[in-house]
Amino acid sequence: MTGNIENLGNLNMIGYGLAAIGPGIGIGLIFAAYINGVARQPEARGVLQGIAILGFALAEALAIIGIGLAFVL
Amino acid sequence: MHLVNVAQAAQGTQFEAPGPGDFEFAPFLGGSAFLTKPTLIIVLGSLAIAVLFWLAARRASLVPDKGQFIGESVYGFVRDTIVGDTIGREGRAFVPYLTTLFCFIAVLNLSGIIPVLQFPATSKIGVPLFLALVSWVIFNYVGIRRHGFLGYFKAMMFPPGLPKLIYVLLAPLEFFSTVIIRPITLTLRLTLNMFAGHLVLLVCILGGEFLLVEKGGVLAALSIVPFGFSIVLTFFEAFVQVLQAYVFVLLSALYIAGALADEH
Repeated sequence: MTGNIENLGNLNMIGYGLAAIGPGIGIGLIFAAYINGVARQPEARGVLQGIAILGFALAEALAIIGIGLAFVL
Repeated sequence: MHLVNVAQAAQGTQFEAPGPGDFEFAPFLGGSAFLTKPTLIIVLGSLAIAVLFWLAARRASLVPDKGQFIGESVYGFVRDTIVGDTIGREGRAFVPYLTTLFCFIAVLNLSGIIPVLQFPATSKIGVPLFLALVSWVIFNYVGIRRHGFLGYFKAMMFPPGLPKLIYVLLAPLEFFSTVIIRPITLTLRLTLNMFAGHLVLLVCILGGEFLLVEKGGVLAALSIVPFGFSIVLTFFEAFVQVLQAYVFVLLSALYIAGALADEH
């Protein structure tokens, strides 16, 4: 151990926290649009649900790649 | 994670924060590293799926009994909700594969919250990697069979109706994203969702246990907070685990649909 610097935590995790902001906002926007769509046109729920979850999965992939890199790098 | 250690070190006893090391298991039989807890969960899960579907289909009749109804619901869900909305009518041939995939992933994910097992086998990267490679082979194979080898890559990399200059940028991007990125994101999405979910549960439960057993006094009473959270998070995990199985199968179906489509 060199001084206290190793006890200050893993900077990767702070980086990951910052990186998760983007996908977080993205997923929020996706579900906001989904709720909006269902509120305007309740009968379109089935179609919109698949699209919303697909968009969620694609946006979430960014956060997931981030946590992978936080552990690997 | 180390921040916690500093705070605890000041008071004496150390809290060992869970990490990637909690995902390594010693082999049961020593020596050979083959039979570990995740391997056992995979075998048990496969057997459970096989037996449940066999029971459901054993006395198939026009008026289904309870078991047959559940089996048909799972199959119907994949056929109508996933395949019906993505591939369409010619997707019938892929329904058995996608149903098996959905059940396999869902069961292995749910092993993370089933008492005694309590480890999602899909958080070991080998499992999702293999499943993603199977999906990758299937969607490339059906695409090449449909359009021919050159035709498939032409349809993938050169969607018609764009200015010539755009193709310089678009063609390598499309190739990269379809052939290389797709299996990687399929693998990582499933693995790391399960990994992160299991880690969060470990933090809550081990943290609560640490407060209750090691600390005592007021802190022991406070252990109700992490334990309460762990119960809430277990329900959340159940939701995420089924959702991730759905997402994996939905994306596989979408990739097959994209490979079969005439115009991208």
